[in-house]
Amino acid sequence: MTGLIDMLVQGLLLGGFFALSGLGLSLSFGIMRIVNIAHGDFLVVAAYLGVVITGLFGINPIVAIALIMPLMFVLGWGLQKTILNRAVDGGELSPLLITFGLSIVLHNALQEIFSADFRSLDAGPVEVASLAIGDIRIGWFALSILIVAVLVYALVSWLMRKTTFGRIVRATVDDPEVSGLMGVDTKKVYCLGMGISMAIIGISGALYGIKSSFSPLTGGDQLLFAFEAVIIGGMGSIWGTLLGGLTLGIAQVIGFSIHSGWGAFAGHLVFFLFLFLKPSGLLSKGDSHV
Amino acid sequence: MTLLEVENIKSGYGPITALFGVSLSLSKGKTLALIGANGAGKTTLLRTLTGLNKVSDGSVTYEGQDISSLSSHQIASLGITMVPEGRRLFPSLTVEENILMGRCSGRNGPWELDKVYELFPILKERRNHLGTMLSGGQQQMVAVGRALMSNPQVLLCDELSLGLAPIIVQDIYKTLQVVSDAGVSLIIVEQDIQQAIANCDEFMCMRDGLIVLQGTKETANRAEIAHAYFGTDK
Repeated sequence: MTGLIDMLVQGLLLGGFFALSGLGLSLSFGIMRIVNIAHGDFLVVAAYLGVVITGLFGINPIVAIALIMPLMFVLGWGLQKTILNRAVDGGELSPLLITFGLSIVLHNALQEIFSADFRSLDAGPVEVASLAIGDIRIGWFALSILIVAVLVYALVSWLMRKTTFGRIVRATVDDPEVSGLMGVDTKKVYCLGMGISMAIIGISGALYGIKSSFSPLTGGDQLLFAFEAVIIGGMGSIWGTLLGGLTLGIAQVIGFSIHSGWGAFAGHLVFFLFLFLKPSGLLSKGDSHV
Repeated sequence: MTLLEVENIKSGYGPITALFGVSLSLSKGKTLALIGANGAGKTTLLRTLTGLNKVSDGSVTYEGQDISSLSSHQIASLGITMVPEGRRLFPSLTVEENILMGRCSGRNGPWELDKVYELFPILKERRNHLGTMLSGGQQQMVAVGRALMSNPQVLLCDELSLGLAPIIVQDIYKTLQVVSDAGVSLIIVEQDIQQAIANCDEFMCMRDGLIVLQGTKETANRAEIAHAYFGTDK
């Protein structure tokens, strides 16, 4: 019984990261209808920003998140304004191809600048500190990621449901043409949306750099996990992506417990099961994407 | 005083031209009715005036400013807005949230939330319902209220009567009279010719992307309109 509870707890802790990472992808699709194929690579970019900032200022990478977030926001805003806004009216295929191209550019640029060597961000003793509840050990860092994930979800949900900005975003998602008639600059909304999405990627990228080693080519796996979290949760639901991430985490931990090489495989298996049995995901909201 | 001047505009959808040189002028506080059969170009003309369709030739001047190349949100901020065909409420927004969207134009004026609720008391009772859960008539009230919240000087109304019971249509048009009396200029697109003529100062009949007949409420002639509308002999 303890073993089962331990698996569940460890799965939730792992899933917290997938959920946080998936939120950036979920928002970019929910607001701009952009399937950001470069999502995982931007996660890696955020991790490398952590390398640069900690190297320059000698600060802890957790503190560096305060700088990484606004930098990633500006990157997202600029990317949307200069490139993606030109393609957003042309259906979902054009932005998909553009972000695929960006992914390749980022791979090569990161390798050119940082080499293909693996790196990681050192956050100090917090990475290995844990607390024991009976026979179950809970890593402080993993727990912190889960708490941050829930807080970020709550913040985004509040922003979308309770603020004027959120109302404008939801209206723009519902009908960009009529939003324009009401005086909404929809392209500006998309820029803000992508900025927020990238700021969240900034948080998850820095945390990814602390919890795992990374190289310019590790973004692909992160895209896959984020994508699976979004699909399992149901495209269109913010809280669904949280549930999707947690489900994926539990599935991976169960897979690990069966065989050390089956962690990711078990996650993929659950993903495929959802595609076959419940393609709308856990909390699909039909056409409402935020 | 001419508020809106349209000179020989051509417009359409991508490579397809739907307006082949349309001209009109609208004075402050006046109501212009656009009538015509399906496919005549009425909706395209309204979409072009609001910046949803691009002007490929000709010009649209509003208060002396060329607005031909402005986008829809810029035009809304100048005081031109539209009640679109089929209402097109935002499905994920409540009634009140839908109405408040009109404020995004950034224009101040007499139309505030309380005044819209005064005009349509039923909406205050339903303010927390999703807009799309209301009846067709109530949805039309939301669409009109939402447009009024942007405090327009020119309000374009596309097929307000579509799918509504006659008694509801009468109520909606009574409301438009209140709006018109407040000094707002109106362009109403209607397939119900009698309704349109009864509620306008001037009318224009469109066919195949052109204005084929124009006149005033007083000079409207049934036979002439029928000929212009259907393209048949008098």
